[in-house]
Amino acid sequence: CSRVLEGVDACAPYNTDWMRKWEGRARVVAEPASTEEVSAVLKHCDRRRLAVVPQGGKTGLVGGSVPVHDEVVLSTRRLDKIEGLDEDTGVATCGAGVVLADLDAFLRDKGFCAPLDLGAAGTCTVGGNLATNAGGVRFVRYGSLRGATVGVEFVTADGTVVDCAGTPLRKDNTGYALPQLLVGSEGTLGVITKVALAVPAAPSSVGVAWLACDDFGAVRRTLRLARTHLGEVLSAIEFLDLPARDAALRAQPDLSDPVEGGSFRVLVEVAGSDAAHDDEKLNRFLEASAEAGAVLDGVVAASTTKARELWRVREGVSDAMSNAGFVFKYDVSLPPARLYDLVDEARARLAGFELDVAGYGHVGDSNLHLNVCDATGYNAAVHETLEPWVYEAVAAAGGSISAEHGVGQCKPDHLHLNKPAAAIDLMAAIKRTLDPNLILNPYKVLPAAAVGRPRGFPLFCADDERDDE
Amino acid sequence: MRKVLVGVKRVVDYAVRVRVSADKSGVELANTKMSMNPFCEIAVEEAIRLKEKGAAEEVVAVSIGPKQAQETLRSALAMGCDRAIHVQTDIRSDQGLNPLAIAQLLEKVVEKESPDLVIVGKQSIDGDHATTAPMLAELLGWSQATFAARLDVAADGASAEVERETDAGTEVVKLPLPAVISADLRLNTPRYPKLPNIMKAKKKPLEALEAADLGVDLAPTLVVTGVAPPPDRAAGVTVESVDDLVDKLKNEAAVI
Repeated sequence: CSRVLEGVDACAPYNTDWMRKWEGRARVVAEPASTEEVSAVLKHCDRRRLAVVPQGGKTGLVGGSVPVHDEVVLSTRRLDKIEGLDEDTGVATCGAGVVLADLDAFLRDKGFCAPLDLGAAGTCTVGGNLATNAGGVRFVRYGSLRGATVGVEFVTADGTVVDCAGTPLRKDNTGYALPQLLVGSEGTLGVITKVALAVPAAPSSVGVAWLACDDFGAVRRTLRLARTHLGEVLSAIEFLDLPARDAALRAQPDLSDPVEGGSFRVLVEVAGSDAAHDDEKLNRFLEASAEAGAVLDGVVAASTTKARELWRVREGVSDAMSNAGFVFKYDVSLPPARLYDLVDEARARLAGFELDVAGYGHVGDSNLHLNVCDATGYNAAVHETLEPWVYEAVAAAGGSISAEHGVGQCKPDHLHLNKPAAAIDLMAAIKRTLDPNLILNPYKVLPAAAVGRPRGFPLFCADDERDDE
Repeated sequence: MRKVLVGVKRVVDYAVRVRVSADKSGVELANTKMSMNPFCEIAVEEAIRLKEKGAAEEVVAVSIGPKQAQETLRSALAMGCDRAIHVQTDIRSDQGLNPLAIAQLLEKVVEKESPDLVIVGKQSIDGDHATTAPMLAELLGWSQATFAARLDVAADGASAEVERETDAGTEVVKLPLPAVISADLRLNTPRYPKLPNIMKAKKKPLEALEAADLGVDLAPTLVVTGVAPPPDRAAGVTVESVDDLVDKLKNEAAVI
């Protein structure tokens, strides 16, 4: 491997996640520059039973990309080559370490764009997006990353390179879809080294409206009206409650809320290839929403600059809450009628504490982000009041305990709430087949009981057995 | 004041990364997001504030350009203007239609509308000439205050005080009305068009005129012969010593 870092200081940045919630003790970081080097590193680690944590942009929110103990960090940072875009098929191929924003900029130059967008776009890697099946704000328009994944080249635990990105064409039904196994596997089944992605044409016209809704029922009616009137040009629909809005505005004092009234804010974005057509649709949607009483007040951004200001309010919530104290973040899917109930119930349960409880998220995907912020720091009593109640309440309501953030090291013990034992056992069997020595991202995703232990447990990083490779 | 006339221009959206067309004749406009010129937005906002303060009775927006300029005018109406006038021409508004022709067309509109005050943006972000306001004032024989950062109209509507941006700071000028004002960045922060006004805008009057019928020579006196993107930024260079740095600053960058 052409670049290896050793020692506490050099490895420190790789040991802590972006939210500074989890800290590992890795003493070795490998930064391979090619698929061959990734293969060599894994082969070596597998032979010596050294645990490995694949790491991209480290922006994950469930501690999936940082070591738990002293696993070797395998950073994909240097797999950062954008190989190209076929403008006829709309398939782009790039290394797993390419930063999402860089890929998007490259694509926009040619009239295309990335099929997903999230707040961490400036730091997260495309390989990481696939490994976590990232969602983001454009899921409602472009769908799941699974649909956009055309091919993946990956390396299994023993160093075998499996190239399923060699046919970068959208239709290829030849055998089991191994890339789909890797998507969402959070680095536990293989290391993604190359990605072939189907990318959409970049819309030339984008419009944003910011609306005030009285209650969550009005938010839901607004969503239905948006689907009816905006249809194929709807590209994002997000909601925030007032505590979320207030947190975002406190952290960004140059911004203000251009509408008044109501308990919720809804951001609606339309994107298409004909500004006049889209504006007309947006106006009809706004008229219908006002007439139906779903919307109390609203504004439309007349230019991209103003549209970005509105987005900054929505996108600023997560960081604002994280920086205001210790924050418990929950990312859940719930049936639309129950989507906001969880926030009200959380507030009721936490009434005895002084906390900032905010609910916001991708209302178009029925995905709630519940943030509970304690300005005084971590409080075990708050933690115990929230967990496992929050996961159990979500599961009881028929929702998912992790809509898009994944399982990481945060939720393996709650996996059973969403998946039956038969499913988890099958997942474990697949894991043991692809990674018999269990070196890839241990302690993550699957509960320990299901996966079992490798031969020769415990895992360790043995300085004395390191070769020069 | 009875009437304020505001000029608005439809330009490439400020946030768009423009590209040069393949034949290098101009900026690529096809499939590019267009919006109201940011300084024109500020001009509209100021005019509407005058009306809200009771200093003006009517605000009329005018735009010179192709059919799509009507969308820009609808935005102005949605912000609160009462009426709009579209002077139709298919001459390319970012380089084919010269500021002098624009000023002359606006002069014709002023003759038709007899406003007490004309507010325009200080410059458009495509041409960046900043000459339309001064030329219009000169053609009309009116006072002018350009780069306005603050505008106060006297209670009797006979004069205005303007604080204008200069390279050294600001200066305050007093001028009799009617006058031409050009809006600069600090004049105000434009509002978002609000829902009720967006709905009302569709019903407000929008009058269309043909530029060719107004008796103005539209032929360009300034002709763009070629457009090219700026050279790619060269990579930075690390120097080994202070002497090396001084040498490069003197002999390569030629800044000392």
